[in-house]
Amino acid sequence: MRALVTFVYVFLYTPIALVVLFSFNAGRNASEFIGFSAQWYGKALSNTFLMEALRNSLIVAFTSAALAAIFGTMAAIGMERLGARTRAVFDGLFAAAIVVPGVVIGIATLVALVEVFGFINPVLAAIWPGDQPPRLSLGYGSIIAAHGLFTMALVTMIVKARIAGLGRDIVEASSDLYAAPLTTFRQIVLPQIMPSILAGFLLAFTFSFDDFIIAFFVAGSNTTLPIYVFASIRRGVTPEINAIATMVLAVSLALILIARFLMREKKKPTT
Amino acid sequence: MTLTAQVKKRLVTIALVAPASLWLFVFLVLPFIAIIVFAFGERGPVGGYQPAFTFEQFANLGARAAAFVNTLVLAPIGAAACLLVAYPVAYYLAIKASPQRRLLLVSLVVVPFWTSLLVRTYAWMYILGARGIPHLLEYIGFDNVRLLNTPGAVLLGIVYGYLPLMIMPIYVSLEKLDRRLLEASADLGAHPISTFFGVTLPLSLPGVMTGIALVTILLLGEYLIPQLLGGGKVFFIGNALVDLFLQSRNWPFGSAIAVTLVAVVVVVLLVAMRIAWRIAGTRQVDLV
Repeated sequence: MRALVTFVYVFLYTPIALVVLFSFNAGRNASEFIGFSAQWYGKALSNTFLMEALRNSLIVAFTSAALAAIFGTMAAIGMERLGARTRAVFDGLFAAAIVVPGVVIGIATLVALVEVFGFINPVLAAIWPGDQPPRLSLGYGSIIAAHGLFTMALVTMIVKARIAGLGRDIVEASSDLYAAPLTTFRQIVLPQIMPSILAGFLLAFTFSFDDFIIAFFVAGSNTTLPIYVFASIRRGVTPEINAIATMVLAVSLALILIARFLMREKKKPTT
Repeated sequence: MTLTAQVKKRLVTIALVAPASLWLFVFLVLPFIAIIVFAFGERGPVGGYQPAFTFEQFANLGARAAAFVNTLVLAPIGAAACLLVAYPVAYYLAIKASPQRRLLLVSLVVVPFWTSLLVRTYAWMYILGARGIPHLLEYIGFDNVRLLNTPGAVLLGIVYGYLPLMIMPIYVSLEKLDRRLLEASADLGAHPISTFFGVTLPLSLPGVMTGIALVTILLLGEYLIPQLLGGGKVFFIGNALVDLFLQSRNWPFGSAIAVTLVAVVVVVLLVAMRIAWRIAGTRQVDLV
């Protein structure tokens, strides 16, 4: 059994390790390691398209994760105050946001936005006083919005679980001592749920930064890092991709480790 | 509580859930209504959509039967393969591993799941590709071995990508298992194997069901793994959707396929919940 488990761990990490190793390969071949070199990183970093895609990804991931952290936390707190039936509706919708395949979310958002833009743009053009009416189109906004759906559901789920584990007595004690609700929230509740909000933010960032399929549909002319990597892979596997892949891995690895550290006080390790 | 205080409390609640409600409506409910409307429409002369009410798109689903067959065959097989590999690992982590090492070992399972699936799938493309293992095989005399773009490669990618998601729920249900039951079983003279089949396995079934449901549902919408490792030869519904929306631009037909896919996902979910209900003791598994 030990041997089998060891084998599974080797299986999980070998492919990743190979990509990292060969990103430092002096040669082009995937089957022989000729010598150590950082040339592919130099090539990647001086690639303006790649850097543009990286910048787009960081903007999108940061914005959608921040929106998700704020609105998701608000929703988690607000849902506590709702009646059972309304809460069940929210639970169902958030579950749907997580369960519906990304490819369907991407398509549906694309279809809806194109229709909505097609309706709004002529109206905007008609009522706009200046010569150059703004034209709504796919881009940063649509990627952030579509990622925001999944990540908001994710944050709500995480924060709600934390609130459920929170002691009621301490909140009641605070209000018995005549603290205003807002004071109780700021001094008692917020400090306790803060780690889960931060963890939610980091996981949301990771999701958005790594997502390919949703962005593929709604990105318009903007390219995110996964879209760039996907397009490069289709043009042919090169060692430069190994270098980019290693950098992507490093970013998500750092974020997930911090997120797990923040959530570690929970007694059971979770997925 | 006075009336104004009640009104105020209500207003605060509404304000708290308002942004998320807006998001759920505009970016989940509305888009979903849109694809349902499209699915009953017609294709315009230059692609796009033409309003209509017809079942033509759904009647035509057979044109993409191969994608449905591949998905509906490979998703359950993939989930089953994940389960076979995942169960011993989850068992080891929950029952055999020492508590000090457990946290590290569990982290090592979780971390890959949260790193880019694109990169992890690419890694296999790199390994199975012409300059990877087949190139090494040439040294020992096996020429022209093709590993990439086969169903086997897709299955391998599936197990690799979704193994952590299968291990975790099983681990959680095994970890909650009361050890005294295992001791009691042994004290009563049961063979370890009959303890496993009589006690451990039945009590971990909720975790097994959760794992199968999660992995199957995610696989039904998979695009990257068949695209990169199946190379257009082994394609899923997700690949058909990308083709219909971004290449052939047949949005009404694509919408009909998307609606059907969601229906399949819902059926799988309901069946899984029903089974979980029956084995009772359902436990929720956090995703993080």
